[in-house]
Amino acid sequence: MKTENTHIIKTTNLSIGYSSRKKVNTIASNLTIKLEKGNLVCLLGKNGIGKSTLLRTLTKVQPALKGEIFINNKNLNTLNNLDLSKSLSLVLTERLPESNLSVFELVALGRQPYTNWVGKLSTKDLQYINAAFKQTNTTHLMHSKYYELSDGQLQKILIARALAQNTDIIILDEPTAHLDIHHTIETFTLLKKLAKDFNKTIIVSTHEINLALQLANELWLMTPSNFISGKTEILISNNSVNTLFESDLISFNKTLKQFTINNS
Amino acid sequence: MVNPTKSYRNTFILLTITLVLIVLINISLGSVYIPLKQIFLSFFDGQVEKESWKDIILDYRLPKAITAIIVGSGLSISGLLMQTLFRNPLAGPFVLGISSGASLGVAILILGASFFGANITAYAFTNWGQAAAASIGAFLVLSAVMLAAIKVRNTMSILIIGLMFGSLTAAVISVLAYFSSANQLQQYLFWSFGSLGNLSWKEISALLVTFIIGISLVVFIIKPLNSLLLGENYAKSMGVNVKRTRNLTLISTSLLTGVITAFSGPIAFIGLAVPHLTKLLFSTSNHKILLPAVAISGAIIMLICDSIAQLPNSEYTLPINAITSLFGAPIIIWLLVRKRKINY
Repeated sequence: MKTENTHIIKTTNLSIGYSSRKKVNTIASNLTIKLEKGNLVCLLGKNGIGKSTLLRTLTKVQPALKGEIFINNKNLNTLNNLDLSKSLSLVLTERLPESNLSVFELVALGRQPYTNWVGKLSTKDLQYINAAFKQTNTTHLMHSKYYELSDGQLQKILIARALAQNTDIIILDEPTAHLDIHHTIETFTLLKKLAKDFNKTIIVSTHEINLALQLANELWLMTPSNFISGKTEILISNNSVNTLFESDLISFNKTLKQFTINNS
Repeated sequence: MVNPTKSYRNTFILLTITLVLIVLINISLGSVYIPLKQIFLSFFDGQVEKESWKDIILDYRLPKAITAIIVGSGLSISGLLMQTLFRNPLAGPFVLGISSGASLGVAILILGASFFGANITAYAFTNWGQAAAASIGAFLVLSAVMLAAIKVRNTMSILIIGLMFGSLTAAVISVLAYFSSANQLQQYLFWSFGSLGNLSWKEISALLVTFIIGISLVVFIIKPLNSLLLGENYAKSMGVNVKRTRNLTLISTSLLTGVITAFSGPIAFIGLAVPHLTKLLFSTSNHKILLPAVAISGAIIMLICDSIAQLPNSEYTLPINAITSLFGAPIIIWLLVRKRKINY
């Protein structure tokens, strides 16, 4: 039972979805997650399957319909926003509202859970901010305004902001949706490095399946009937990955570790 | 260790000096011109050339200047808060129905006084009665808009809802006006022109106390306001209690705008234009810098508008509301045309 304690995210009998007064709309049920620290996890599934709903539930944006979630062995329901902000940070897909924030100010906002009531940055805060710039290789962007950045640069800055928040877990919702192939691979490599070198637990929802298969330590697969989580190699070898799309158009090629177009 | 947060000390010193100069100029200008030297003398109880000058300064022009400072700062800060909360550059006290709420409150008091009987009528023509009515009206309408805001969550819809409330109150005011006497109408019209003068020291103290309470609340939301610049979801993920921040913003804005509108009438455009001008000047979105900057700039611009409204060396005084709009509207147009994009 010793390994039980090392799970940074654990769920028991979790059901996710939306409930209103009229009816309950369950999107997925019986989700079992047992995730250890320092892993890069890719959450895969087709559009509309409930990836965002799962991430929203794990981050306490919306409540679980059933079951419990444990972050660092603490029940999510017992944590308030501030507690949670010290163990979990986010990179969202939504566009940032327009503002005059400089890149430095944006990344420095990541220190908010730790700063005093007016948000004064201490030497320690500055150390974390500078480290975040270094880890993402973006120190040269510090003095720009964030609206001057390209999509690829902005994505790295948003990751830097999450790093400055100094949390064990970073959750990213489709971080490469607007990026070209170069920046996509760059982003994933960065995330892999952060998981490996800095022992961060990183959960990414993505449609970059081929990249996920190469880089992720663990996969969470969402299909209409099932939620499967496990080590990437295991899920490849037991054909779980192949169940991701019920499509005649593409199928999974085990030797190439890729989805390929079926020859008709 | 690099901390590239820009220091704005020099800009602040410059702004403060400008403010002091403008205050002095504002006091010296009016139907009679009073030399700066005489102003200093009257402050420090020295011999003033004409005794009437001392009275003009201490009983009329100084209170007016102080009112202008409070009104300018308060409205500008409210505008900034609304723009950040709603993440919309066109938000301001006017758009969100605070001013129309205050107008409705005063309209019901003045124009509807005859319906309520003599007890109310006695209050209708005092500054205090109008202040109370305006505050209550402002708070109720803003609360209604905010309740709707919680339901819809879409910023564009919220602004439209605010505009609809504005039309609604305007309609109610028209109906009230239709049944009112000429005397009541005139009274209401004068209130809606806006005015910085006419306030006794007692009334200014009330204005000042509310202003200080409002500003003290704002100080506590500087940090969460900054995180709201990234949107509500990011703010929550950084530990911000979004609901509490929204409520504090709502309370301080309605306090500031409500009471200011109550004593000085619905003054247009300052709340919308000054935050944009300040953001252009300071090129930052950090509320720790912006709030004091907006407060000082608001005071300066209000004093300038007031000096113009006095029409120096003439008997006439223009309605302050006309001057702020004449000044505010072209600036917003100019900003949009020049920058093509305004940040908030």
